Amino acid sequence: MAAIELERVERRYGDRIALAGVTVRIQGGETLAVLGANGAGKTTLLRLLATLLRPHGGTARVLGSELPDGAWKVRGRIGYLGHDPLLYRELTARENLRYQAGLHGVDTERIGERLAAVGLERRADEPVRDLSKGMVQRLAVARATLHDPDLLLLDEPRANLDPAAAEALEPLIGRASGKTRVLVTHDVEGGLEEADVALGLRGGRQVFCRPAAEVEIATARELYA
Amino acid sequence: MYSKGLKPLSIATVVAMAAWLAMVFFYAPLDADQGFVQKIFYVHVPLAIVALCGFVAGGIFGVLHLRKRDRTHDFRSYVAIHMSIIFGTVVLITGSIWARASWGHWWVWDEPVLVSFLVVFLLYCVYYPLRFSIEDPDRQARYSSVFAIAAGAFVPINFAAVRMAEKFTHPRVLSQTGGSMPGEMRLTFLVGIVAVTLLFITLWKFELTSKNASVQLKRLRRRLEATA
Amino acid sequence: MIGTARAILRKDLTIELRTKESVPAMTLFTVVVFVLFHFGLDRDALDGDLASGVLWVTLLLAAVIGVSRLFATEREQGGLDGLLLAPVDRTALWLAKAAAMFLYLTALELVAVPTFALLLLAPDLLPALPLLVVTLLLANVGLAAIGALVSALAVETRARELIVPLLLLPLVVPLLIAAASVTAPLLRGSQDPEDLGRWLGLLSLYDVVFVLIALAVFDFLLDD
Repeated sequence: MAAIELERVERRYGDRIALAGVTVRIQGGETLAVLGANGAGKTTLLRLLATLLRPHGGTARVLGSELPDGAWKVRGRIGYLGHDPLLYRELTARENLRYQAGLHGVDTERIGERLAAVGLERRADEPVRDLSKGMVQRLAVARATLHDPDLLLLDEPRANLDPAAAEALEPLIGRASGKTRVLVTHDVEGGLEEADVALGLRGGRQVFCRPAAEVEIATARELYA
Repeated sequence: MYSKGLKPLSIATVVAMAAWLAMVFFYAPLDADQGFVQKIFYVHVPLAIVALCGFVAGGIFGVLHLRKRDRTHDFRSYVAIHMSIIFGTVVLITGSIWARASWGHWWVWDEPVLVSFLVVFLLYCVYYPLRFSIEDPDRQARYSSVFAIAAGAFVPINFAAVRMAEKFTHPRVLSQTGGSMPGEMRLTFLVGIVAVTLLFITLWKFELTSKNASVQLKRLRRRLEATA
Repeated sequence: MIGTARAILRKDLTIELRTKESVPAMTLFTVVVFVLFHFGLDRDALDGDLASGVLWVTLLLAAVIGVSRLFATEREQGGLDGLLLAPVDRTALWLAKAAAMFLYLTALELVAVPTFALLLLAPDLLPALPLLVVTLLLANVGLAAIGALVSALAVETRARELIVPLLLLPLVVPLLIAAASVTAPLLRGSQDPEDLGRWLGLLSLYDVVFVLIALAVFDFLLDD
């Protein structure tokens, strides 16, 4: 059973096309890189996979459940890391994770372990507004993975991270995690290198969807032309 | 799709309105105290009743829209509320004229139906700014339906509350509705309700048809531009 | 759903206690308006209908401030996404926000009502207190339920500060009528309110209807 199955998925914004003709199949453990210029629909696709948006056409199956009716079944198994860290600035790192744990029914013991995994144990009781951008991103990763999701949806996960921090997070959100991942990135070479499948979008429409090894860098670059 | 039956409906409306206005002017009795101006009651009350039903209908279409996710219901809801607001403006104006004629003031708080209507009217006026300040068309329709439902449920509660608050048992023409009206008045009144209802439905269908046509036109134009 | 609502409520109360944005503002606003009424009406002491009206209208206007800010943290910081991604019933959000609003209003009234008695009320408040407390609590339920719904309706609109009062105030007219009608005789120094059952009944009916409506439609506001 495929982890993600999209067949001619469509999403409109009024009369405008946000996504059209998106067709892709991802098996468990694989990584999908989504490439395209700003406004191409990458974030829309990610949000649709996260069950935050309903598909307006086509069929979408995530982790075996068809969207939107089966969305409630899979929500707890998806980890979403979007542009917004989804953290409350007045709360401490620990309190933010406690809130997340409350929403997902996760044991609060996990919080300490997760904070250590992202290297924030010492700053855990400071309000988020006092943390640097890099630390906020690390905390966001902790938040997104706290409930041990089966599917990771990552929008520029290494933004604001120095190479050391990015590497520290590899076991959580990188290929090393072994999880099914959908990665939105502007780093064309890096994206193609770590992905199994690459999807190219332009103006909401699917330009290509092939095994990443078969995609030429030049082809991918054309999406930004 | 909407224009089916528009022509016979329009004809029926014109006939009904002609009959109604004729009855108001020539058939209904002249009120002893208030004179000719009292006849505005025959315009004011049917308009009010139909406008309120229009608001409630807007709420019902809102429910259908949310349950079936069919945008045509949202369309219908919007036009129903839109028409009711227009009718409502006339209700308030005629109500004011009637108040002036009956009690010498341009507005009276003793008339619970008029007062309730004002509150409902003020609430529904917010429908436009709410609707048009939401940019996402899908969300715009959904939020409008939620509003239509809450406001539609509000209408009866509001009327009950204001009615309970009325302190004066002021002899009003309105208090005679339903019970002690002489035959000619009652008949004129009923014809009025029928005529105004037909008018509302005809205008409603008319606006739906024209809006639908302009949406289709916009869609075709967009498709043409996309393939060009 | 209750568990989720509790988690959200805890988060909101923690933030409110730290930032102290809503309740102090509402309370200060109320006191300022009382002073305005003193000057506007040129009266030192009010009783009966007038006192009841001034008290309730002021509380409603303060409620508008609270309602406008109900979803502020979601809008400005955490984002609704966090909740939408969780495997929870989204109506828990309405429940948590309504509970928060109820608590804010009660906290507000703990200060505002004695202040009102001090500044503007002629008769003694104490004998009227039990019944007044019941009315306030019932009214708070209705205000909280409607407020949470209106705040969510306005959360994405551009003209939020305008839409919230324009939506909320007409909708609470029946609540105002009922609450003021119960309070007026209480503030006249009489122990014997007229038609108490009728007005409290209306107030309760209002609460029940709007809680049910909110429960029915809230999900649709969050479902993209």
